[in-house]
Amino acid sequence: MSVTIELPHVGESVVEGTIGKWLKQPGDAVKRYEPLVEIITDKVTMEVPSPVDGSLVRLLAEEGETLPMGAPIAEVATADSPEGAEPETASIQVETAAPSSPGTTGQLLRDVTPVGPTGGAVVENLEPAGGPTAASALRPAAAATPTSAKPVPQPAAATTGQTRLSPAVRRLAQEHSVDVSRIQGSGLGGRITREDILKFVESGAAKAPAAAPARPVVGETSADGQETHVPLTPIRRMIAEAMVRSVTEIPHAWSTVEIDVTGLVALRTSVRAEFEQKQGGSLTFLPFISKAVVEALRSFPTMNATWGGDKIILKNRINLGLAVAAPDGLMVPVLHDADQLSIAGLAGGANDLAERARTKKLTLNDVQGGTFTLNNTGALGSIASGPIINYPQAGIMTFETIQKRAVVIDDAIAIRSMMNVCLSFDHRINDGSEASGFLSAVKNRLQSMAPGTSIY
Amino acid sequence: MTVKSVVEAVREAISEEMTRDPKVFVMGEDVGIRGGVFLATQGLAEEFGNERIIDAPLAEASIMGIALGAAFRGMRPIPEIQFSDFVWPSINQLIGEAARTCYGTNGAVPVPMVIRMPYGGGIRGGLFHSQNVETHFFHTPGLKVVAPCTPYDAKGLLKSAIRDNNPVVFLEHKKTYRLVRGEVPDEEYTLPLGKADIKRVGSHVTVVSYGLTLHYCLEAAEELAGEGVDVEVVDLRTLSPLDTETILESVTKTGKLAIVHEDNITGGVGAEIAALAAGQAFEYLDGPVTRICGPDVPTMPFAQTLEDAYMPSSDKIADGLRKLAAY
Repeated sequence: MSVTIELPHVGESVVEGTIGKWLKQPGDAVKRYEPLVEIITDKVTMEVPSPVDGSLVRLLAEEGETLPMGAPIAEVATADSPEGAEPETASIQVETAAPSSPGTTGQLLRDVTPVGPTGGAVVENLEPAGGPTAASALRPAAAATPTSAKPVPQPAAATTGQTRLSPAVRRLAQEHSVDVSRIQGSGLGGRITREDILKFVESGAAKAPAAAPARPVVGETSADGQETHVPLTPIRRMIAEAMVRSVTEIPHAWSTVEIDVTGLVALRTSVRAEFEQKQGGSLTFLPFISKAVVEALRSFPTMNATWGGDKIILKNRINLGLAVAAPDGLMVPVLHDADQLSIAGLAGGANDLAERARTKKLTLNDVQGGTFTLNNTGALGSIASGPIINYPQAGIMTFETIQKRAVVIDDAIAIRSMMNVCLSFDHRINDGSEASGFLSAVKNRLQSMAPGTSIY
Repeated sequence: MTVKSVVEAVREAISEEMTRDPKVFVMGEDVGIRGGVFLATQGLAEEFGNERIIDAPLAEASIMGIALGAAFRGMRPIPEIQFSDFVWPSINQLIGEAARTCYGTNGAVPVPMVIRMPYGGGIRGGLFHSQNVETHFFHTPGLKVVAPCTPYDAKGLLKSAIRDNNPVVFLEHKKTYRLVRGEVPDEEYTLPLGKADIKRVGSHVTVVSYGLTLHYCLEAAEELAGEGVDVEVVDLRTLSPLDTETILESVTKTGKLAIVHEDNITGGVGAEIAALAAGQAFEYLDGPVTRICGPDVPTMPFAQTLEDAYMPSSDKIADGLRKLAAY
């Protein structure tokens, strides 16, 4: 007897998935719950476990192939049957993925509604509440492991729980900005010791960029030797598709305002130490700007909306997407109901999301439902941007580097901290007057922040 | 410099201080004609007379009580508890009164006395001649507790203890009395109370101890040096006040801490030092704080095999340090 493995349904808004990497090949023996294949959706990456003990008979889908949920992808012969016997209908309980592979993909299924058996009709989700595709324009893929561009296997330590660090090692690694994953531990069971860190620092290896911001690029040289052709990772492909969809469907228009944030800078300086001591985590400018943006969105509901073809759909919840540069590419985790959070609450939420994005621990819920996106391009040194809207939202705003500049106030020259914010908006939904009104609202709120403004 | 034993160093310190200060006197069981069971006061009765080297009946509560009263009146008594195992009848006088008087009188009545107690096992002394008692006094504010392990430290610290205006419990490990010999300056010197001493400088592991086991720690450190493990040995010398500065300095340097003592492990001096490191050197710890101590059995067993099982030894310490170094 053999069973057919199907692409499992993982969440309401996910209608298709891409085969990332086959972890087993035809002929390989598989144990029940053992991961067979890595599936990449536009939200998250997960592993699909085998429902039975047996062996993999044949693959019905290739790596890189995108299929609707429920599509057959492989056949597994059960241990007590001859290979190639007539397949039985599959019945994989995807929930079993959680206990079977907690290390890599277990988080995925913990925070979402329980998922039923695979199979059944593909759900065409055109406009569900909560925005099935709302956050998908940039197609973040959490926990993604683009296998094609990853020649180096994970060190054994990472999978055996040996990444636990002693307080001394943690402190030293932080002091010297050392990426401990690059160190081979010499302690008990491969533990990284204090000496390992010190030796690593002495060796000068730490000076090399730790987690290289650029993704490893592995490609093939073209026939004439003039080019290198890099195969797309599934995530790269999804980002590309999302970008094309956004710029081809949405008529983008742009606007920029200049904001005097001298008061905001002073406010942040005045509360930063106390916040970081009390709450932990850093206090960046992001939560202050988020606060101004969500308040402005409340006043300009058409900026918190979606083009509905024959109507404009206003979103009642304000779910703020935050662009984060994650190891595998751009991700946009979402702060849900951001308008109900204080500045401190926004800071905590944003820190949590950013950390989980970087450590690949986002859940499906974290990356869906966004209604407007904010991007801190200033952190990258930019002073003006033309961002692409996170489809199908109505707008995206960047905030740029804060610089001290000489500005004229009442015919006098003053040195002020200045910042640009840049807005891209869907011109089908809003005109320049609404966009300018929205930007002014953001500007007025930010300029009114000063020491004494409560962040709680 | 002259090489002397610990008991000789103790005797010299008492003699010198009695010569220096007429208020100093000794009282205890067999301290006079007999010169003390360990001969710590040998010859002192001849030198200073029976009025200053007083033989007492077998009544520790009285010895401690009389000493306490004399200290109240400005004398500087050195009561001797023949074996620390016998101190319990005098606990009210010592913990209940001596430790609290200075504080209770807002400093009006200091208690300048030194309670000498031979203590510890490893000498086949059995249940009533081997006890470790230091934890009880270490736990008591108002008392100072000194536990030297070399002749040099014993003499310098005992002289300071006698000059101190607080009650000082001065613990002399019986096994070190004649086993440990070392150079002692011929000229006058004292050593400050509350100051630990690094007996061996190392970089990989810190081991903190005091008394007899300190010597076992040094042996273990020597053994591990041959294996490429560099052990730093900190001799507390004074348990109370505890030299937290030296301990923390060493732990932050090596990142790994072991504590060795003969007294029962639970709630002992080692527990306090472990808490100190966890609280104040947390970010420097690179391994689990390790204790190599006497087990939680009611008292020292008499049978040789059981006593060996009880006592920390250089082998047991080397094992513990080896594991900690490899962690």
